[in-house]
Amino acid sequence: MPDGTTPHFGPATIRIDGRAKVTGAARYASDETVENPAWAFLVTSSIARGRILGFRLDEARAVQGVLDILTHENVGGEAEKPKPMAGGDTTETMESDRIWHDGQIIAVVVAESFEAAREAAHKVRPDYEEEAPSASFGSAGVVEEVRKAGEHKDYRVGHAERAFRDAEFRVDQRYGTPTQHHNPIELFTTTCEWRDGKLTVYEPSQFVYGLRGNLAKQLRIAPESIRVVSRYVGGAFGSKGGITARTAWIAVAARRVRRPVKLVSTRDQGFTIVTYRAETRHHIQLGADRNGKLTAFRHEGWEVTSRPSQYNVSGTETTARIYACPNILTKVNIVHADRNTPGFMRAPPEGPYMYPLECAMDELAFALRMDPIELRRINDTQTDPATGLPFSSRSLMECFDKGAARFNWSARNPVPGATRQGDWLVGYGCATAAYAANIGASSARVTLTPDGRARVQIAAHEIGNGAYTVLAITAAEQLGLDVADVAVELGDTNLPAAGLAAGSNHTAAISHAVAKACDGIRERLARAAILANDSPFAGGDPAAITLSGRALNGPGGAQESLARALARTGEGPLEVTAENIPKGLPPDAMEKVRQGQMAMSRGHSRDDVTAYAFGAQFVEVRVHARTREVRVPRALGAFASPRIVNPMAAHSQYMGGMIWGIGAALHEKTEIDPVAARYTNDNIAEYLIPVNADVRSVEVLMVPEKDETVNPLGIKGIGEIGIVGMNAAVANAVFNATGRRVRDLPIRIEDLL
Amino acid sequence: MRPFTYERPDATREALKAAAAHAAPPGEGRIRAPAHYLAGGTNLLDLMKIGVAHPSALINIGPLHTEHGRIEASVEGLALGALVRMAEAQEHPAILRDYPVIAQTLQLAANQQLRNMASLAGNVLQRTRCNYFRDPSWRACNKREPGTGCAALEGNNRHLAVLGVSDHCIAHYPGDFANALAALGADVSILALDGTARRIPFEELHRLPGDTPHVETALQPGELITGFHVPAGPWTRRSLYVKVRDRESFAFATASAAVALHIEAGEVREARIGLGGLAAKPWRAREAEAALRGRRLDEHTAQEAAEVAFCGAVTHSENGFKPELGRRTLVRALLQAAEMEA
Repeated sequence: MPDGTTPHFGPATIRIDGRAKVTGAARYASDETVENPAWAFLVTSSIARGRILGFRLDEARAVQGVLDILTHENVGGEAEKPKPMAGGDTTETMESDRIWHDGQIIAVVVAESFEAAREAAHKVRPDYEEEAPSASFGSAGVVEEVRKAGEHKDYRVGHAERAFRDAEFRVDQRYGTPTQHHNPIELFTTTCEWRDGKLTVYEPSQFVYGLRGNLAKQLRIAPESIRVVSRYVGGAFGSKGGITARTAWIAVAARRVRRPVKLVSTRDQGFTIVTYRAETRHHIQLGADRNGKLTAFRHEGWEVTSRPSQYNVSGTETTARIYACPNILTKVNIVHADRNTPGFMRAPPEGPYMYPLECAMDELAFALRMDPIELRRINDTQTDPATGLPFSSRSLMECFDKGAARFNWSARNPVPGATRQGDWLVGYGCATAAYAANIGASSARVTLTPDGRARVQIAAHEIGNGAYTVLAITAAEQLGLDVADVAVELGDTNLPAAGLAAGSNHTAAISHAVAKACDGIRERLARAAILANDSPFAGGDPAAITLSGRALNGPGGAQESLARALARTGEGPLEVTAENIPKGLPPDAMEKVRQGQMAMSRGHSRDDVTAYAFGAQFVEVRVHARTREVRVPRALGAFASPRIVNPMAAHSQYMGGMIWGIGAALHEKTEIDPVAARYTNDNIAEYLIPVNADVRSVEVLMVPEKDETVNPLGIKGIGEIGIVGMNAAVANAVFNATGRRVRDLPIRIEDLL
Repeated sequence: MRPFTYERPDATREALKAAAAHAAPPGEGRIRAPAHYLAGGTNLLDLMKIGVAHPSALINIGPLHTEHGRIEASVEGLALGALVRMAEAQEHPAILRDYPVIAQTLQLAANQQLRNMASLAGNVLQRTRCNYFRDPSWRACNKREPGTGCAALEGNNRHLAVLGVSDHCIAHYPGDFANALAALGADVSILALDGTARRIPFEELHRLPGDTPHVETALQPGELITGFHVPAGPWTRRSLYVKVRDRESFAFATASAAVALHIEAGEVREARIGLGGLAAKPWRAREAEAALRGRRLDEHTAQEAAEVAFCGAVTHSENGFKPELGRRTLVRALLQAAEMEA
């Protein structure tokens, strides 16, 4: 394995799958061809709570080409409920007559064509017994409870209540974030094919082994009888991480009609048949002395979930360890409403929870008449205040300083509403970004062929994260080859297992497994070399032999070509499969992954260090002095990482996160009808995300840092941190521009009139 | 399948004949007619796909561009053929010079791809973006299904109208171009099924919802808009459009104002005001215009006019901010127009 000599930056590499993607050669799940497919169309509920009394299906059945209509009445017992990645129980779909939320799958129509299935689906007439639903916070009938410890923890350090009461300076505010939906451009699709009792599922997934293991349980069959294929994913952002109800029903449908069945759900169905980011509320209390030193931090969160689920993100696990503070108290509540079960969405805890903390810090800085960056410097720490463990590395202030210099932060006028250019008020804001450095267990197979080419095989996931390229770079580096010499196969449960591509852990997890397999190859070659009389390494130390430049290299300039060394290991290719179980995970972690469970070491739950990635984000806003539109001419993020595998893709990842953050702060909100508890803007015409004109200058600085302990390759995840500070940086900039503190996102014109 | 017939006549006479072949329910206006003219399709095809419009016949009038696709500027005014593409008009030199408000309403609408397709008459006839109207799974929508009620009254109505609404419908008219036509006092030319031509004030084309929100225009089934005529006036050069929206581009107006001013010796001789994103139909604010006539245009008088423009506003749960935003948008537009060199 590498030894800390890995450079900060790997080679900037154009995505090796880029050409396939832009030419259409890349096969996304619904592009996979199956023989003689039938088509499914989902029927979803138009009420949010009640029961189905029955269906009138005559009209639907009469549509030419209809093969089957699945409802709870004829297939209810054929599949179990899916098990979400977190939060325990979830809502039903066709297991019973119960309606748990708007847009719930209540029937599946299967037909000879997509058009016939759609037509018949529109003619399925359910009869409902309606009950008054509860939409969200504040609706009659919601049930609130304190979130119990289990998946997440609360922190109590010192006496936060007392310290807050006694503090010289206090911030005591409430904040809120809205419902948001992932809306990946690739819709939620599933294709199922049975052959000789074995099931193949083509579905875009962030965890093919997870999909396999959970689907096996739902269908009560062995995981080994299921193959899941997901070679490319057209955007996921968390929405394709856990299994959803549709998969089992399409498998059941394919079994019933004895043909492969293909489902491509619609955009609006994507708002209710998968997960989403639930709305949150927060109460923050900060206490500080006159020098800005924090004396008290309390953070209480409320999160909406479905009736049966305990799902919550508990971002207090991050906010409790951002700043040095002797008195910390956190608490999270969940509020059950008649909604579908929420789930992961890019920076699930950090997005909604860092927003109130970083706004509150800005409010405190203003109260102290202190520069917000200086306030963060005063409270910076190399020790996790919640546990006392050291951070594996923490370069937060380097990020602030480098970012501030580049952004020209010193030009900021601290007086709100005082800077005006023409008709526009100008404001600057900044915020801390932080994201736990996670890493999961993973396995991989690497094969070296006599022609000096390598093949990497791993059930990893290309969700736009650049996984294909990351693995080609890693293998090329470890084996002493060019990136172009490495072929990569991903996204198939016929390949060695890899974990969930989420929590910004995937690059770290899969790179370590591939590096380990490559090291196995090096070791096999080295051992054969020291035993061979015709080798320059005969009798030497195999550990001293390295691979570079298509050759084995040893002490004193000893060298032998890869081809020659390889020939010695026997006829044909050399293949090594390796597993990497990161420090702190149990020995059966890899087996858990194979069974479809999560096995991930989390940066905030290690017993040796606290491992986080940090960054500093800066935003300039312009607010029209009269009509109050908010625009973002400039955004800058400085992010620290010990190792960036592919700087080119990393730049895009950071930038993409920041652009998303502009949208999260200013545009994105799923509107829910307060009476009917139904989403109303469930399409991307009315659910706004930034367009090109909203995204002007977005600058990314990658700040190198030293870290010996986060993991051997020094990889901190970068996929999510780019969004984390943006909400607050925008809100803080709006305050600087206008003097108006908006504590509920998104910030809209009406908040500033 | 939702079967429909498709015809592509070459001439206006043939198009009217094709429309005449489809019986229409009496007294329900054009919207619920079984036959629909298809021009750019940017709105109608969308509505068909989402299950809101289900015509039994589509009559593609694209080929009629040769008859109704001209832009003619003269001393009397501006004649715009119904089938002129938005993209054609937005770049027309005479419009840019003499009717900047028209060019701007077009440039700021939709995106270039849609403007390349969409016709002016089709744009004028676009339907509301009320989400309760656009999703047939909502049962209560008087505009889509008369007599079913209005889910928007207590629902997500942030985008919906505050002017011209009724207890039966608060849907907003979402377009931009039509507000300029309303402001400039345009006429619209219409052909009846029997070929009879008539010309009505543009302001009378769209109807207020009242208790029949499903009847949106004065067009009878099968009637065809052939063009618009914008009278010349000393105010058209000093004109502009301010569109306030949630994002920088490709979004409907949260509030907008089309204004045209004739200022002489520091005094407003004539003011023309159209409001968008705020009303049930393309809205001409005549009382506000009158409030400015004969006065100097400054912050104070602009504000007074804006107050007048919204004195009849009716708000609901989520759109209480719209009268204030509308006033500010109008003040901004008026003051900006006053500063133009015309």
